[in-house]
Amino acid sequence: MVAERDLESDKETHAYTPSLEIKKAVTVRRVRRLPIKGDVLVDVGDIVEHEDVVAKTQIPGDPYTVRASYLLKCEADEVPMYMLKKIGDPVEKDEVFAKFVGFFGLIKNLVKSPVDGHIESLSTLSGQVIIRERPIPIDVDAYIPGKVVEIMPGEGAVIETNAAFIQGIFGVAGEAHGEISIATDTPNDILTADHITADHKGKIVVGGSLATGEALKKALEMGVNGVVVGGIRNADLRKLVGYDIGVAITGYEDLELTFICTEGFGKTNISNQTFNLLKAFEGELAHINGATQIRAGVLRPEIIIPHDRFKPESEASEDLSTGMRPGTLMRVIRAPYFGRLARVVSLPPELHKIKTESYVRVVEIEFDNGTRAVVPRANVEIIEQ
Amino acid sequence: MIKKNPSDDIGLILITDVGSTTTKARLFQKLEEGWRYIVSGEAPTTVESPYEDVTMGVYNAVREVEEMTGLKLLNRQTGGIIVPKQVGDGVDLYCTTSSAGGGLQMMCLGLVKEITAESANRAALGAGAIVMDTIALDDGRADYEKIKRIRGLRPDMVLMAGGTDGGARGLVLEIAELLKASDPTPRLGVDYSLPLVYAGNKELRPHIQDLFETQFALTMVENIRSVLDVENSEPARRAIHELFMEHVMSHAPGYTKLMKWTGIDIMPTPAGEGLAIQLIADRYKANALGVGLGGATTNVYSVVDGRFVRSVSANLGMSYSICNVLKEAGLDNILRWIPMEEDRDGCEDRLRNKMIRPTTIPHTLEELLIEHSVAREALRLGLAHHKTLATRLKGVSRATSVDERFEQLGKSLQETYIDLMKIQVIAGTGGLLSHAPRRTQSLLILTDAFQPEGVTKIVQDSVFMMPHLGLLSTIYPDIAWQIFDKDCLVRLGTVIAPSGELDEGKEALNIKLEMPDGKTIEKSVDFGEILRIPLADRKEAKTTIQVHRGLAIDVDEARTLETTLTGGEVGVVIDTRGRPLKLPEEEKKRRDKLLTWFKALDLYPEEAYEEAAL
Repeated sequence: MVAERDLESDKETHAYTPSLEIKKAVTVRRVRRLPIKGDVLVDVGDIVEHEDVVAKTQIPGDPYTVRASYLLKCEADEVPMYMLKKIGDPVEKDEVFAKFVGFFGLIKNLVKSPVDGHIESLSTLSGQVIIRERPIPIDVDAYIPGKVVEIMPGEGAVIETNAAFIQGIFGVAGEAHGEISIATDTPNDILTADHITADHKGKIVVGGSLATGEALKKALEMGVNGVVVGGIRNADLRKLVGYDIGVAITGYEDLELTFICTEGFGKTNISNQTFNLLKAFEGELAHINGATQIRAGVLRPEIIIPHDRFKPESEASEDLSTGMRPGTLMRVIRAPYFGRLARVVSLPPELHKIKTESYVRVVEIEFDNGTRAVVPRANVEIIEQ
Repeated sequence: MIKKNPSDDIGLILITDVGSTTTKARLFQKLEEGWRYIVSGEAPTTVESPYEDVTMGVYNAVREVEEMTGLKLLNRQTGGIIVPKQVGDGVDLYCTTSSAGGGLQMMCLGLVKEITAESANRAALGAGAIVMDTIALDDGRADYEKIKRIRGLRPDMVLMAGGTDGGARGLVLEIAELLKASDPTPRLGVDYSLPLVYAGNKELRPHIQDLFETQFALTMVENIRSVLDVENSEPARRAIHELFMEHVMSHAPGYTKLMKWTGIDIMPTPAGEGLAIQLIADRYKANALGVGLGGATTNVYSVVDGRFVRSVSANLGMSYSICNVLKEAGLDNILRWIPMEEDRDGCEDRLRNKMIRPTTIPHTLEELLIEHSVAREALRLGLAHHKTLATRLKGVSRATSVDERFEQLGKSLQETYIDLMKIQVIAGTGGLLSHAPRRTQSLLILTDAFQPEGVTKIVQDSVFMMPHLGLLSTIYPDIAWQIFDKDCLVRLGTVIAPSGELDEGKEALNIKLEMPDGKTIEKSVDFGEILRIPLADRKEAKTTIQVHRGLAIDVDEARTLETTLTGGEVGVVIDTRGRPLKLPEEEKKRRDKLLTWFKALDLYPEEAYEEAAL
């Protein structure tokens, strides 16, 4: 029966890794949601800029537990007798809110508030008093300029814009904004410290095949807002964030610089398509986010460049919606041909024994120089054209 | 769940596992020779946007089964699976496990870290959950740190223990008040009422009710440690399973619909896997160690003297979490298993690329060797983690004699009861083990990582159906075992590994095997060697093993053992490399040693060794 499954058409297959999106013009929608319920400040149809606040709320402050009975040296059910404040009363840091005076005033047991806040509760069973810190205001901005197309009452809004849209493969640090500046001549060039100048302050700098550790360090020093390149060495990523990233859930790094690589780790040319698209929008404002999550609800880093020069494309190009077929342009995403572009020659239906001795489904491909190779279908991704 | 009689008139069973990336359907059928696995169908899981309906993935996976068998299983009019079987169509039973969307994520609380908090942790893990954190009054964190942590987590469920019945009151309430004040946000949205299972001091139930009844979906069960020297986790575990169905599953996209399709409750995938390991231990009447080495997590299960414990290392895995193995184990520990010179930076970049493109597979022998090395380290770390949970109950006085008291002085009371010499079966499942091109590779990966001692059977899952069969065993244990025995368990063979150390090259053991064909094989093996004697699956050999002074071959530290060995696809492996297994520190010696071992087992194709020689 296994053989039966493999006897599918050799002209087309859906067994491929979807590629990252690179689109000249597409309708981009972004949901801007509060972490807890609050107030939405915009209405459907409103036009917003990226820095406009669309929703705000206040997160309750952290609670602090105070072992009042222990400090007062009394039983838990006696604590209310010594309270100087009632539930709900505001208190300031170090303010005494409970006091026991005994032995003609010679013994004084005082309980002070550890923070500014209010008294939230008192337990006569545990003798604990909980002080709640003052609420923390939270603002959610629009992230991208555009039109408000949907409101989620009490939660947030959806902003829509027409934009060029590029997904990276991996990034660190969250949302950033800046004018696009192409720093290298070709997609093959390494972005070095020499390429970064004081003019790049506040911009999104685009490089070629790799960003060196020195280049990233200088970008931070110069106040660059974002760097987009093909690859990065893990050793340099470690230096940039200050630790080893274990699981690919990023976006929360405490960095002044958002970094996005479009192809992977190691030196690997940024794709021509990505490089040329960014070059076409050089000098324009881009909105980027390095947040990456590979598992459960894949989230890739992104570059959004709002414009109205071209009509938005459909969601999926023909190649992607129909799968892989002879002639389809693709990229190999694993050694030994990692990063190389090729076209599909054939899709043999039978399982093929590869060098590791595993039997897998393969694709025969031809590189630009005319050489051919057979690689596992799991190790290629389609390039949109 | 009710255990049914296998003679019930059923002939076709369909079971799916809705995994975080792939939905795996397995079809089982009653044939003349008994129950057999028939075919698999797989499709991407559709829990995430834009689909947000798991039944689509199930539908696609089952459709693949339909295409391959010609059977009609899907009800295209009303949706769902055709159950019960009608003339020619449908199946007699459909059920499923699930770990989609991150599985069941729980937070545990207890009073004392090593007593009630640890028991709560074990109960949640045993129920198939991923435990995000365990909070205890004495866990070393200040209250504000605990609160920040609770507020930062987004659990699906909370399990709280604390105090023996009639024991601690005020301190248990302190931890309860801390939970209340923290007001954790559920992962499944603001409208989700977070389930809280209370399994602490029963005398506090009225106060717990007052504290939590409006804020949580509160369930109170028997105390997990009603007295110090007994851990009663079953009521908590049962409540977790019920709440998983009632609350968690009903909020996940499409599960309300899927629940209507299934004949029995949906079970978390690791719970199914755990039942499978329990089934193996039960049927072999042996202490067993099982491992599910996945892309994101490593689950380790042990059944020792009837006691079942599961641990999950949520961030040790072979794809999504591969770089966490790199981080936890360190590059040196990964590279130590590779018999060739590796570019350190290049190796790190390769692992990062696997992390960001997790579905790719090794295309070169070097890449295969690297992944196998990572697997050894993930398993080693997974077992180390498991040992911290599989411990004797703490807070209980164990010593009964003066000798034992003195013996305990030098030991930590936290010692694990996992003694590899007492483990008779090791079972592995997960993509890397199942897809290893040679069975000897998965056997050696498990052996290097777990370092079995004495005489140990090694088995593995054939095509990932342990969770399916674990679930099936809850209602049809005999059917589940029939399929297990014939189609799921790949018997790799038996490993003979004396514990202890000798000088390199010194005679370590003599072995005499009476082979099924009547021949006798006698071998003398020096310390530091590994070798293989072919013995086919389901064949046995009466064996006498004699080890040299300084080594032991069974729990009694006897030097002679008479036993019957069972064969497998690899056969009998004699491993005299010593326990604990130590690799030479000097670089060239280490590489040469690995090459010798790999060649002795014919582990990889010759080209791998040629690459190493370059």
